[in-house]
Amino acid sequence: MAGHSTYVPRTAFSRWLDERLPIIRMMNDSFTTFPTPRNLNFWYTFGGILTFMLVVQIVTGIVLAMHYVPNAGLAFNSVEGRIMREVNYGWLIRYIHSNGASMFFLAVYIHMFRGLYYGSYKAPREVIWILGVFIYLLMMATAFFGYVLPWGQMSFWGATVITSLFSAIDQVVPHLGTAITQWLWGGFAVDDATLNRFFSLHYLLPFVITGVVGLHVWALHVPGNNNPLGIDVKGPQDTLPFHPYYTVKDAFYLALFVIFFAAFVFYAPNFFGNPDNYTQANPLVTPTDIVPEWYLLPFYAMLRSIPQKLIGVLVLVASLVTLLFIPWLDTSKVRSCRFRPMMKQLFWLFAADCVLLGYCGAQTVDAVRFGIPLLWLARIGTAYYLAFFWVLMPLVGWLERPKKVPDSIAKPVTGNKSAAGVKA
Amino acid sequence: MATATQTTRRDFLYVATGAVGAVGVAFTAWPFIDQMNPTSAVLAMSSMEADIAAIQPGQQVVFKWRGHPLFVRRRTPKEIAEARAVPVSQLIDPLARNANLPDSAPATDANREIKPEWIIVVGVCTHLGCTPTVSTPQSPQGEYGGWLCHCHGSQYDVAGRVRKGPAPQNLAVPPYSFIGPTKIKVG
Repeated sequence: MAGHSTYVPRTAFSRWLDERLPIIRMMNDSFTTFPTPRNLNFWYTFGGILTFMLVVQIVTGIVLAMHYVPNAGLAFNSVEGRIMREVNYGWLIRYIHSNGASMFFLAVYIHMFRGLYYGSYKAPREVIWILGVFIYLLMMATAFFGYVLPWGQMSFWGATVITSLFSAIDQVVPHLGTAITQWLWGGFAVDDATLNRFFSLHYLLPFVITGVVGLHVWALHVPGNNNPLGIDVKGPQDTLPFHPYYTVKDAFYLALFVIFFAAFVFYAPNFFGNPDNYTQANPLVTPTDIVPEWYLLPFYAMLRSIPQKLIGVLVLVASLVTLLFIPWLDTSKVRSCRFRPMMKQLFWLFAADCVLLGYCGAQTVDAVRFGIPLLWLARIGTAYYLAFFWVLMPLVGWLERPKKVPDSIAKPVTGNKSAAGVKA
Repeated sequence: MATATQTTRRDFLYVATGAVGAVGVAFTAWPFIDQMNPTSAVLAMSSMEADIAAIQPGQQVVFKWRGHPLFVRRRTPKEIAEARAVPVSQLIDPLARNANLPDSAPATDANREIKPEWIIVVGVCTHLGCTPTVSTPQSPQGEYGGWLCHCHGSQYDVAGRVRKGPAPQNLAVPPYSFIGPTKIKVG
């Protein structure tokens, strides 16, 4: 919550600096005294965890770039030979980076679902949500470019499939889609030129993400945090200073998260990986099953569920663009699902739907489970994904009778008595 | 004195300066866009010659052309007869997609090759670019005897024509010619 600054420079130097560049004042107001709702729970610690993961990925990435060679003939060996076997601790830094991508996406999905559940995208926080969607899209692009760099079979064929999505434009304007894909490739196929430019962009985008994260936090600090009750902060009795209350809470859960992260790095470093990526890229042989990384599987399932190329690509694009419209698709006046009995059930159904789509995306296209072709499950899942946002969200806002929301944050947290005491 | 609603010489100069500036930005942007296109070295490598005499009927050999697999398959008389019997009206993509013929040529089997025995196509699935697997009597792939793409399940017949989605088009026939009885030049 933007409010009156309480910072008082204590030394002659900080007074001098404050009049010229009030950077200490800004840090103090944003991260020390910043009034934060007193009822934020565990799910609100993922913003801090995500910031940490961004730093981890940039630091390990810069180190890996010192040893990596972006050349189609040398890339695979520079990763699997040099970095993994020869560079001191190269294996560790690479496994931190590759598992870090999965942890980053795990944290961002929790962060997004938390925002959906507590209605954090609603007025006056629409811009925070939209900036968040842009960060998510940038993360997907960065992860895609990064996955190509080791130049394994999955790297190569993943790059081929994703860049070929643009060739669907051929069905609207003949030859334009092919021209765009060849422009993206810098050749007639994914090759050396493609690898070089993907490396360049993979290095660039994290810094773009950092910039948008700055805007995201800036936009957050105008209205302040939403909270599990989804009601506005009424006064100082509803808030706590960010430091030490939330710095300590964030640090505690960050420590738990890092233990979880380290368990994969040290004990199951290839858990999220695909064995085909330990084979060097071969443009003449496609692996029998092309599977993207787990965090892209739901979208892959949606793409595959449509038997027509152009429509499949359009559904994939729609599933992402839809996220930008959520603030206006939700017509309910109540933010938090705690007080929205219908929305709460549809939300959990949506979460289950995303898991189902992810499962379908990981199986072969003709797979059958319990007598049900997964292709049909993916179709139902895709329909629910889109209907959840475009039909159910607007409709439920009108149909649903929300429960009564509390009068203030302080009341359910501290009880009537002490809240009254603070007020008096 | 000009009033606010009148167009003055100054307004003209503003618009003219802005327009020249925009054209300048566009001209400056073009090199940064065009540098992404295939380089002259990549374009220079775009044609290839191959001797296909050793390929037996029913067999396929894969060459590499422009970074892509190129399928050269010698068809058996039975396969040719099957492909010729399919009416164009049954096809998903009614166009030949043959770079040696006009764009509007129909996808009859005869329009898909130069010599009936030899079907030569780019081995890139027209859906999302995977390499389809060849179907042989010993190891059939799909229902049409041609190729099956494992990525998303598209199927092609022995003329390389798509018979089952999601691929929208027939496998592309590259520009090629016979420079000898069993020697081809592609590209």
